Amino acid sequence: MTAADPAGPVATDDPLLTVDELRVSFATEEGVVQAVDGVSFNLGAGEVLAVVGESGCGKSVTAMSLMGLTRSPNARFEGTAHYKGTELIEASEDQLRRVRGAEIAMIFQDPMTSLNPVQRIGDQIIEQIQEHESLPDRQARERTAELLERVGIPRARERIDNYPFEFSGGMRQRVMIALALSCNPSVLIADEPTTALDVTIQAQILQGIRELREQTGAAVIMVTHDLGVVADIADRIAVMYAGRIVEEGTLDQIFYDPQHPYTWGLLGSITRVDRPRRERLPAIAGLPPSLADRPHGCHFRPRCPLEFAECMKVPPLESRVAGQSQHRDRCWLSVGEKRARREVAPGEIGLAAKNVTAA
Amino acid sequence: MSVDHGTTPLIEVEHLKIFFPIKEGILVEREVARVHAVNDVTLSIGEGETLGLVGESGCGKTTMSRAIMRLIDATDGRIRFRGNDVTSAGRRELEPLRRELQMVFQDPFASLNPRKRVGQIIGMPLRLHGTERGDVEEKVRELLARVGLQPEHVNRYPHEFSGGQRQRIGVARALALEPRLIVLDEPVSALDVSVQAQIINLLDDLQDDFRLTYLFVAHDLSVVRHVSDRIAVMYLGKLMEVSRAEELYTKPIHPYTSALLSAIPIPDPEENRRRERLAPREGGMPRSGIPLLGGEPPNPISPPPGCVFHPRCPRASQICRAVEPPLVGYPNGHLAACHHPMNVSPEEIKAAEKHNSSPRSSGDELPSVLGANGSCSAG
Repeated sequence: MTAADPAGPVATDDPLLTVDELRVSFATEEGVVQAVDGVSFNLGAGEVLAVVGESGCGKSVTAMSLMGLTRSPNARFEGTAHYKGTELIEASEDQLRRVRGAEIAMIFQDPMTSLNPVQRIGDQIIEQIQEHESLPDRQARERTAELLERVGIPRARERIDNYPFEFSGGMRQRVMIALALSCNPSVLIADEPTTALDVTIQAQILQGIRELREQTGAAVIMVTHDLGVVADIADRIAVMYAGRIVEEGTLDQIFYDPQHPYTWGLLGSITRVDRPRRERLPAIAGLPPSLADRPHGCHFRPRCPLEFAECMKVPPLESRVAGQSQHRDRCWLSVGEKRARREVAPGEIGLAAKNVTAA
Repeated sequence: MSVDHGTTPLIEVEHLKIFFPIKEGILVEREVARVHAVNDVTLSIGEGETLGLVGESGCGKTTMSRAIMRLIDATDGRIRFRGNDVTSAGRRELEPLRRELQMVFQDPFASLNPRKRVGQIIGMPLRLHGTERGDVEEKVRELLARVGLQPEHVNRYPHEFSGGQRQRIGVARALALEPRLIVLDEPVSALDVSVQAQIINLLDDLQDDFRLTYLFVAHDLSVVRHVSDRIAVMYLGKLMEVSRAEELYTKPIHPYTSALLSAIPIPDPEENRRRERLAPREGGMPRSGIPLLGGEPPNPISPPPGCVFHPRCPRASQICRAVEPPLVGYPNGHLAACHHPMNVSPEEIKAAEKHNSSPRSSGDELPSVLGANGSCSAG
């Protein structure tokens, strides 16, 4: 499971990115924090994969580890991630530098802190272009202006010389997207790209990501805590809980035939403004566990109203619905039982209440 | 009394203006500009009512809630609490009022003193307002139990709790003095979805038990719906629309409200595909006739003339650029400040009247049947 030959050839019809049994842990004073625990997924060219989960479920660590951004003396990695013949987890800094930005680019959550505040935004983008391509200054500047126009920054040619503080949050996020697209990456990792933004701006940014994907054909990994945000953009969804993928499937499988009780809970807690209001908001009882001290067996067990003896064993991530090999989940219940118990109201999926100590 | 909601108003805000001066100069500071944070807002909150105050960042909703708490001084206008003018009440006069007005803040990590134990945090307001030392601890334990925490946690520090638990501590602190009004400034925005619902449900229960009045400030329309009796939508320091909660979602009259609603993603892939077939994606998803809003809110230092929303409004016409629309009353106490209202019938427009809570700078022009294309033009 450790490093395969980093330069090993990959057949062309293989997925663009293959993550296999990725494990990331950090040694801390409170003990070993197992942030990512055996995560595997594929990403095909041009595909949008949403990784969904609450804070502390390991979704960001998964995304950042692909770029080598979680490396530190107290971090331990296992498993592999192959991108076009390069193994990313064990890759050298030199190899990573060639991939970062040029092949796999990242958009971070907080547009306020992820740009250099003392460098003009144009220069930040030009720097990245010239790092990967030997392009004369003037052409790099021209491409930067075009990028800023494409992501919808008004008067891009004037604003290219502005500093980040002269932009609003939404505009800064656009600059981040322009920066990420500057070298035509094949994979774009967006880590909560709209969480810090107002709803109207969020809608604009999501629309922008959708258009860019259509234009450039880049595959997107969208990390988010909000299932609602990805309903309009994702092809496939992986739901993470306490370091593991608990369910994985196509957009429709996750929304219309969710197998894992945690997914039901997430779906049930989305407020819908286009439906009549419910008397009480459905909540998932309890709290996500600490990654330093996760419950035995199924990690969701302490919060799950359907817990039974089997749950003390870790359920494998496997296909349980007949004929749906792409749809995999980690829950011991039978498919029939799940379908019967996830319906909290006619046509409405959710997780029935469980009495445990409140948050 | 500005809006008819059938109960005695606890808080009345009249033509409230809060401007922050921007000063420049080396030796002598001169005021060079003003941030128009709240610009002539009239509102009232009835006893036991929950008013949702919604708007994008920078619309003045937090400034307004702080002015109601008397944490910020008003530039102009009146704030009344149970009919008494408290706009310029001094420290001493405010002291009894402080008991009745409490606040829960947005960030549960920043709003609790990290060096105080939970018991001290919740007990402090009790002690300040004269509860006997010996009674404080018992009261604190009761409060902890009431908000769903273990009474034994009284000696723990905030860092030992999760975000949702900390927010419960913040709620317990606000409850300690048995207030009448609690201002909730985005109390769940910093929490995970599954925990948000727990806190909202807790607030709901507490309101019933203690007959509390809430001012619930939020940046989008999805969360407030579950708690609010009425909702006020603000934009750039002005009120755009005030309505009973449910009606705002089924019948948004102001295009800005409609745009806020259609910006909320619909967690239903089939619904999204159906909508895309109806209207191929161009400028976003038309749900209630308003496409995806372009641009961003303008700078509140120099708000646009006429209707402040006109630069982003797809329905804007000549009059919107020139005349500030008054708040116009529609059936069910529904108010909206728009020259070209949506979802209203020609009869409703004919019967509409300028409401006395309109900003003083607004014009007398009422929405016309012609300009509004009758009822909702697109659906």
